Amino acid sequence: MTTDPMTFALFLPLFGAMAVFLLPRASVAIGLASVAATCGAVLFLARDVLAKGEVMTALGGWEAPLGIALRADGLSVTMLSMTCAVGLLVSLGALDSFKGTGQMRTRQYFWPLWLLLLTGMNGVYLGTDIFNLYVMIEVIALAAVGLTVLSGTRAALRAGLEYMYASILGALLFLLGVGFVYLHVGRLDLAGLIEAEPSGALSAALALMVVGLMLKTALFPLHFWLPAAHANATAPASALLSGLVVKAALYIFLRLTMYMPLLDEIMVTSMGVLGACAVLWGGVQALRAERLKLLVAWSTVVQIGLIFIAFAHAGPPGLHESWKVAALLILAHGVAKAAMFMAAGRIRAELGHDIIRDLDRAPVRPTLAQFTFALAAISIIGLPPSLGFIGKWSLLEGAMSSGYWHWVVVTMIGTLLSVAYFSRVFAGFLRFDRMRNPVAEHQGWALADLPPLTLALAAIGLGLVAAPVLSFIELGYPFGAAP
Amino acid sequence: MTPDMIYGLTGIAVFAIGLAGALCAQDRLRRLLALKLCSMGAGFLLVVAAWRVPPDAPDPVPHALVITGIVVVVSATAVALALIRRLQSLETRDDD
Repeated sequence: MTTDPMTFALFLPLFGAMAVFLLPRASVAIGLASVAATCGAVLFLARDVLAKGEVMTALGGWEAPLGIALRADGLSVTMLSMTCAVGLLVSLGALDSFKGTGQMRTRQYFWPLWLLLLTGMNGVYLGTDIFNLYVMIEVIALAAVGLTVLSGTRAALRAGLEYMYASILGALLFLLGVGFVYLHVGRLDLAGLIEAEPSGALSAALALMVVGLMLKTALFPLHFWLPAAHANATAPASALLSGLVVKAALYIFLRLTMYMPLLDEIMVTSMGVLGACAVLWGGVQALRAERLKLLVAWSTVVQIGLIFIAFAHAGPPGLHESWKVAALLILAHGVAKAAMFMAAGRIRAELGHDIIRDLDRAPVRPTLAQFTFALAAISIIGLPPSLGFIGKWSLLEGAMSSGYWHWVVVTMIGTLLSVAYFSRVFAGFLRFDRMRNPVAEHQGWALADLPPLTLALAAIGLGLVAAPVLSFIELGYPFGAAP
Repeated sequence: MTPDMIYGLTGIAVFAIGLAGALCAQDRLRRLLALKLCSMGAGFLLVVAAWRVPPDAPDPVPHALVITGIVVVVSATAVALALIRRLQSLETRDDD
């Protein structure tokens, strides 16, 4: 079938990437058109999934296990929609960030890399066999490293290289796991894995793949590359990296645990423990961060930890429910963090720096960007009625009802820490007594504030429609609706 | 000990050596080479997965996977080398 929305979602950004690379003069027009068209394809796909529950297509008419099949269900369409919608708004924000002749080179490279990144992420969300997932995470890694070093500064290059090493190693661990799986099962498609006999070797293969994915998604203690990489990238790149890229590995992790139900109590608990360490360590580091973007980057480490706690919060018996909580938090963080990084970029552009201590001395107050930052923080802290609140609430409710009180304690401490470190920023926004000069004329807002503001409002607003979102995520769940 | 066991264990050993290097080496180029060694180990394991007791023909699927893997690793190495070179030139320029 040539009119299949999944094929379009995969190939539109790929051809777009090639086109912008060949025609750099028209990069903005072609780039925006490709992202918008991909959004359209995802909308069509969402309609199909809503009608049928799950959609499958075989590329080129070759069926699995020989060919490459694409599959979409509620979870994958949720991830696809998040990626495309956040991506479109970040693209609009990038128009302003990269304007002017001095940014010609940056603009020229941003678009092909970003479209390639979109291709890779769509490939992950539609992929059905673990080798293709490996190839796609490498595509994502190459594009993401390119975006990290886009500014060309030494700090960004160093961080990008560190990120590259971590990414290659993570992917190779994943590949080794794929090799083990093939050795024992003789198949690579996810549907084949679910029929496989559970064995020690298969558990080892799953463990290898999970460690590789943890490195890619930056779960404590494998988060070492993330703060520098995300803090030193340009604002639109940071928004894409923190909001979207780390989610691809998380998604693969969720999928693997669905199709390879081999996790025992110890493995699930240790993931939760690592998540708890990430929440505490990341929280402390965010309290100590001197720069706004570094603080936001550490908050990503915290949120990744929280997502793993959400995954583990009800133990192995609760996994068929807790993946939904994790998915909800992934969605909430993706939207809110992209808004927050773009708002931080806007604040930095207006002030000329992003040193937290000096925020309250600034005579310029970009009010709308600050408001956006605060709205995004509301969702990330988890205050009602945001989507972050719904995610955290389901986590706490699930942990209480299954008697795992320790996860409740850790989550509450993490919430308090996040209130504390975001308060440092709010105090800087709202204090006026340390200023040496009167407040300057420019108080307000620019057109560039609208994309992050839209995202932040979406992060809050999605909380109000959490119930339909949740029932959409469940569509086409491979094991039927949970009891 | 069957040949596939020997090759498989070698692959794992090569991967482990690479892993140790990637985690411990200080020099940027050395770390990259260690990662390359890891990829060799993983490739080895995939090739072993293709092996069948003769006279059975080997399974072609892992061979295809190894070739794809090589292409992926080559491009990743190229990007990493370009980054290292750029960083090197920036650092020497600042020293002058």
